[in-house]
Amino acid sequence: MRLVVEGASRAFGGVWAVRDVSLTVEPGELRAVIGPNGAGKSTLFALIGGQLAADHGRVRFDGDPVERLPAHRRARRGVSVVFQAARVFHGMTVLENVMVGAHATTRSGFLAAALRLPAHRRDEREIRTAAMVCLERTGLADWAGRAAEELPLGRQRSLQLARALCARPRLLLLDEPASGLRAAERERLAGLITGLRAEGLTILLVEHDVAFVMRLADRVTVLDLGRVIAEGTPAEVRARPEVVAAYLGPS
Amino acid sequence: MSDLVGYLLTGLGIGSGFALVASGLVAIHRVTRVVNFAQGAFAVLAAMLTSTLLAAGLPHGLAEVGGVALGAAAGLLTGLIVLGPRRDSPGTTPGTALIVTLGLGVLAYAIEVLIWGDQPRSFPGVPGVAEIASARVPAHYLLIIGVAAPVFLLMALFFARTDLGKALSACASNRYAARVVGIDVRRMGLLAFALGGALGGLAGVLTTPVQQVTFDSDVTLIVNGFAAAVLGGLTRPVVALGGGLLLGVTQTLAAGYGGGAYQVEVALVLMLTVMIVQAARAR
Repeated sequence: MRLVVEGASRAFGGVWAVRDVSLTVEPGELRAVIGPNGAGKSTLFALIGGQLAADHGRVRFDGDPVERLPAHRRARRGVSVVFQAARVFHGMTVLENVMVGAHATTRSGFLAAALRLPAHRRDEREIRTAAMVCLERTGLADWAGRAAEELPLGRQRSLQLARALCARPRLLLLDEPASGLRAAERERLAGLITGLRAEGLTILLVEHDVAFVMRLADRVTVLDLGRVIAEGTPAEVRARPEVVAAYLGPS
Repeated sequence: MSDLVGYLLTGLGIGSGFALVASGLVAIHRVTRVVNFAQGAFAVLAAMLTSTLLAAGLPHGLAEVGGVALGAAAGLLTGLIVLGPRRDSPGTTPGTALIVTLGLGVLAYAIEVLIWGDQPRSFPGVPGVAEIASARVPAHYLLIIGVAAPVFLLMALFFARTDLGKALSACASNRYAARVVGIDVRRMGLLAFALGGALGGLAGVLTTPVQQVTFDSDVTLIVNGFAAAVLGGLTRPVVALGGGLLLGVTQTLAAGYGGGAYQVEVALVLMLTVMIVQAARAR
């Protein structure tokens, strides 16, 4: 999916969290958005996912404006969001958590499901198989039958990723997926993201850990105080003096 | 002994009504976080319409279904007002929504008095008296239990087994995440309100033949239903069911062995005790 943000702004109580931000992510690109604390990364993330509405500006998925759509309708347009906090469904198993997402976008619809029509049963089998594949990719296959809230926190975040993948997204939004992970977990995550990128999935990755994104991303957008201060390949961005200044403070 | 069996069965019948109201409260609160004080009005509206339909010559069964349908429609309407008319509106805060439902409950009084007057109404239920273990119980109480029990079973299956039920549970668990996976949280909220309306309506339709109904019968229902629901913190359907049955039995026993005048007080004391204990534990 081609993601375009045009002049997006959002203020909180008179303070611009994101101000006139534009960026274009080409289909199949892995874009990282970095910036110091308070740069507006999470706000921009929410403006794209639909958790927040923009005060001004446009968000386009494959050319269609979506900035007025609520989050669930953006999800149905092919966006999957993975939050930094572990937002999983308690009271359901790990497998059910992953399947809920796919159900909301199933073709056969709720009526077929309620009547248990053959189309629904076929969907159900397909979804279950797809869900197990997603759980295997994220290393959760052995936990499929466990209650989601029993998982350690790191695994709950993997579960969010599995849930997002099971919805077969065309754009994957990841909010600081590496934060709080141990080195080995971080390596596994990097491998998974690289694999998804190789399959042609468009990915937008918001990350605090600069080293983590610099070796993964095709292009990097740098935010500071709600504005884009630099954009380019990791090597280009690293060389820009304003990026160094934003991270280290003015010299 | 036969007295006790009789009181227990009668209590379970009355308690089933409370449990239905409580389940409606819990269904709505879990999905929308709204405490719906219009819940009792659904029961009254359903019972009133059923009495009219029966008087107009509709057969039993059909008339009751009509009443429950009105309850569901009233629930849906309440949901539309409480959650806001716009598709993407941020919604009313739960605190404000509670006041709105209170207001709607009072508005329902006016509508009910306008249409049906302020006199008690009733309609015949299952006639006769059943004898179980040498206890004599009006047969209608058995019908109440016989209808409510499978309804609770179906609800449990609905929430645990169907996609729609799971989507509702997902909203109850984490609204943020539910939206992210493409679930329309507002629509699920409206569905919960309609379901709550139907459950309230069923309670009114089932209990009216043994209790009569007036426009302000909702007070008894909501006090008892809320007392039952609050046992499980308004979020646990099974506890609400147990609470409703317990309240029904307790009140019937209190009336049978003590005095009949203290039924609502039993519910209020129970509710206060639970709330005080929970508040103390939360600290």
